[in-house]
Amino acid sequence: MAGSTRGGPGANALYVLQGNIPPRAPPLRRRRLIDLLAGNLFDGWRASLLTIATLLLIALVAPPLLRFLVFDAVWSAPDGAACRAPGAGACWAFIWRKLPYFTYGSYPLDQRWRVDVTLAMGAVLIVWLLWLNAPRRNLAALLFFGAYPIIAFLLLHGAPFIGLPRVASDLWGGIFVSLLVATVGMVVSLPFGVLLALGRRSSLPALSLACAGFIELVRGVPIITVLFMANTMLPLFVPENLAPDRLLRPLIGVALFASAYMAEVVRGGLQAIPNGQFEGALALGLGRWQMQRLVILPQALRAVIPGVVNNFIALFKDTTLVAVVGIFDFLRTVDSARLDPVWAGPTIAATGYAFAAMFYFVFCFAMSRYSLFVERRFSHGR
Amino acid sequence: MFKMNVVRTLFALGLMIGCAQGAQASLLDQVQKRGFLICGSNPGVPGFGLPDDKGGWTGFDVDFCRAVAAAIFNDPTKVKFIALSAKDRFTALQSGEVDLLSRNTTWTLSRETGQGFLFAGISYYDGQGFLVRKKLNLSSALELSGASICVQQGTTTELNLADFFRGNNMKYEPVNFANAEEAVRAYEGGRCDAYTTDASGLYVERQRLTDPEDSVVLPEIISKEPLGPAVRQGDDEWFNLVKWTLYALVNAEELGVNAKNVDEKAKSDRPEVRRLLGFEGNFGEGLGLGADWAYRIVKHVGNYGEIFDRNLGEGSPLKIKRGINALWTKGGLQYAPPIR
Amino acid sequence: MTAGSDGLSPFKAMKLRRHPALEFWYDAKARAILLQSAFVVAFVALAIFAFIDVRANMEARGIATDLSFLGKVAGFDINQSLIPYSAASTYGRAFVVGLLNTLLVAAVSLALATVLGFIVGFARLSKNWIVGQTAMAYVEAIRNVPLLLQLLFWYNAVLKPLPSPKQSLPLPFGMFLNNRGLFAPAPVFEAGAVWLVAALCVSLLAAVAMRLTPKRIKFATPSRAFFSGVAAALLLVLPLAAFVGAGTPVAFVQPELKGFNFVGGVRLLPEFVALVLGLSLYTAAFIAEIVRAGVEAVPRGQREAAAAIGLDRADADRLVIAPQAMRLIVPLLTSQYLNLIKNSSLAVFIGYPDLVQVFAGTVLNQTGAAVQVIFITMAVYLAISLVASLAMNLYGRRFALVER
Repeated sequence: MAGSTRGGPGANALYVLQGNIPPRAPPLRRRRLIDLLAGNLFDGWRASLLTIATLLLIALVAPPLLRFLVFDAVWSAPDGAACRAPGAGACWAFIWRKLPYFTYGSYPLDQRWRVDVTLAMGAVLIVWLLWLNAPRRNLAALLFFGAYPIIAFLLLHGAPFIGLPRVASDLWGGIFVSLLVATVGMVVSLPFGVLLALGRRSSLPALSLACAGFIELVRGVPIITVLFMANTMLPLFVPENLAPDRLLRPLIGVALFASAYMAEVVRGGLQAIPNGQFEGALALGLGRWQMQRLVILPQALRAVIPGVVNNFIALFKDTTLVAVVGIFDFLRTVDSARLDPVWAGPTIAATGYAFAAMFYFVFCFAMSRYSLFVERRFSHGR
Repeated sequence: MFKMNVVRTLFALGLMIGCAQGAQASLLDQVQKRGFLICGSNPGVPGFGLPDDKGGWTGFDVDFCRAVAAAIFNDPTKVKFIALSAKDRFTALQSGEVDLLSRNTTWTLSRETGQGFLFAGISYYDGQGFLVRKKLNLSSALELSGASICVQQGTTTELNLADFFRGNNMKYEPVNFANAEEAVRAYEGGRCDAYTTDASGLYVERQRLTDPEDSVVLPEIISKEPLGPAVRQGDDEWFNLVKWTLYALVNAEELGVNAKNVDEKAKSDRPEVRRLLGFEGNFGEGLGLGADWAYRIVKHVGNYGEIFDRNLGEGSPLKIKRGINALWTKGGLQYAPPIR
Repeated sequence: MTAGSDGLSPFKAMKLRRHPALEFWYDAKARAILLQSAFVVAFVALAIFAFIDVRANMEARGIATDLSFLGKVAGFDINQSLIPYSAASTYGRAFVVGLLNTLLVAAVSLALATVLGFIVGFARLSKNWIVGQTAMAYVEAIRNVPLLLQLLFWYNAVLKPLPSPKQSLPLPFGMFLNNRGLFAPAPVFEAGAVWLVAALCVSLLAAVAMRLTPKRIKFATPSRAFFSGVAAALLLVLPLAAFVGAGTPVAFVQPELKGFNFVGGVRLLPEFVALVLGLSLYTAAFIAEIVRAGVEAVPRGQREAAAAIGLDRADADRLVIAPQAMRLIVPLLTSQYLNLIKNSSLAVFIGYPDLVQVFAGTVLNQTGAAVQVIFITMAVYLAISLVASLAMNLYGRRFALVER
């Protein structure tokens, strides 16, 4: 056909190409380093400039960091003298010496096995829960949310009637308290978060208003103020002899805070469920609670797993803030150990923080990778 | 919905129980029923209050709590100590979390009229001073104009500091920290030119510096800091008990009764001693205790002088002089009303 | 359908046999109203009950329950204040000082976090392998470490070990850095400075006016570059001319070491520097991820279509990709901004005198008014959150889809 038969402007219009576009080079197989360099890093002057600037930045940051953390580090020393020497890097000897304190706080030495057992049980249950192909995950959930908190409480706090002496909670500290606060937040926030989310979506205006009010109130203020409130005002509201333990108060605060955030994640999942599901469930003759339990929640909760895990990451990082009401969590133990006159020196603070950063990074990064994995896994079925 | 209801129901129940109980049981009854005293103390000032690794407490303020426990239970170990920062101490006492606050706390008017406390007396007469680096070559606090000064937040120290500089028309930069340890480390690290707190605290903290010889305490005492145990208002019986525990300690020292000779002194003919130890009259009854209340205190904890020496004075690494904390008969200010 | 000819299941049929007095219970609407009224009554009653009871408890113990403490003399000093404040000021004024300090640190961190966040976000999108990976390393390293840890690191491990004022590190532009903070020359405005301010206002107004000029008029003119050029000239040339014309009316006061500290000039507290560093680096990592996700969420076809109608890469970014990406970015950005404002309360850990440190810390302790102080603090953050999200919602409307 001739060009003019298409109608409209003629072939000599400005925006109609004259001739063919030259064929492009085949896409690069970026397997060899040289291809990468030529086709990506140094492809034109702008790319080259960016690459060089970034390399300079790395060269500026990485060597001193490595020198501090590895090459100039003091790996073993009886006290802080060697670490105070000029030019010394990270004082890993300090971390090594203080590791028991970082793990257990002031928990009595001969009772520390109880912490170990509790942590090991928790670890087994969590792996069981998170491993998507594991058998009987329902049982794991039941154990984790039902039995485990009770067993953990008896083990950690003590139960004289089975021969475990009481350990006052002001001796608790370190990594185990951080994990405790995070676990309590997770265990409490999931069911309460679901209830709050359902309440907020309820057709009863008073209920939905109350839930929405609670959620927005908690989400609108910093967690520190929630902790302050739990710490100073809870005892004013309850009778004197029921005043909650100093560790229980921030736990209540963290649980409230986490529930409100969890509620919003779950609500997101509920909103993503098409109306047809509700209608279908009603058409089957399911009651309101049956509908939620059998049709809506399973879909909604599966859809929000990544969001839930991200919430857990945030919660885990927020556990550091319980220090504001005097709880010796992991970061607080690190921060107070650095003041020990035996070790005090110019590199101690940086060493302690580097160690703590690695600890939190490993946990949070693992959780975020897991969340990505689950997301991908569920998107396969779609 | 479920959650809210349960929480609220519990809340209401709790409140009702609270009202009912608040109306009936006195604090002494509660403490006796509980079986131990709950005492708010300082977690970080050697000599006054310091827990060791295993949770055992020592110090001047700590021993006062033990004296109260000895009076009530005839057992100085029946105390549970709760570590309180300067920030937490008042809410802990207000809310009833602790029965007694013995934590180098300064007696002021507003703490009794606005915050609902009563101070049972003065266990230690203190005053505020400054710790500075020796190499600054300062001889007086009046030369501190323009300095940065580390101070613990929420204390009378903070207020006196402001008064001192305002009164002398000098400028300064206050650097606040939530606890004393942080403030001292910041001073040591060079964030501040001076660290200020009660003079007793300054000597203690100076000992704990990496190099104590680098710092000196300036001669000025810029305030009156009468430190003493505090209780909540509204329970006169309890207030009396705590107050007279303190006076019993001072009276015992004045009468020369101490932990070692208390059994011997029991045979004494001196009427004051016989009244103190409960052989004449039953003064413990009015406090809700047995006649031997003061005997128990001295037997288990010692008298005021012994507690002082053990924790702060010659028998301790701090070696603080009695100074104005000596008995009135020895030129000091410690004076107790008679037991009769 | 075995029971009865009405076609009801046995279950339903049984349900129908119910007590007439309880009839209303089976009416969903009536039941809802009843339940809710009960709920509201119980809630209100409990709230009133709790309020009265706590108040009575507090009064019985001699604890103040009103707000009169706000008018009393505070008696303590604060080391950073945007308004005149001394130990003779009231607790109420101390509250305002704390609030302003919170807003200041939040505003500065917010601006820095946004700029850095967008830069890192674009770097993350870069085709350049090494740039992308570096940006990713930054994001992952920062996001997975608690903010408090980062704040403590900046404050205790970086700023505290700096040399004392006598051995200050000199920086360019007459600035100094030491363990008492960052000191910079302060501008002092002389009489002629009015002209400079006036010129700045005029050029700003003109630039805004040009930005708001309808596109139709803009595209009728030779080129967009021309317009940008005019705007830039307005912003630069006019104030510069005024500056020179009025006889350089701005002088700078250099900070000088006098006695213990530097005197004169502008001073940023180390606590402030640490907080700004920590908050902006942390939030930037989250903003970067939001920017990346927002841009990646724009379908590929949009870019291809833009290319097909002859837009070059920069124009496609500006006119096609950006508006669509912003629609996704703005709501998420809002929540990050709110997080930053709330996170500024971590100031209490390093002693920066923000609202929480001054008001919920010192004032609470000096007055003992725990309940009032904590309620006021929470209410203030709630109000800030509401205002900020309202503002961002208004801004977000610019990018909303216009449905026709």
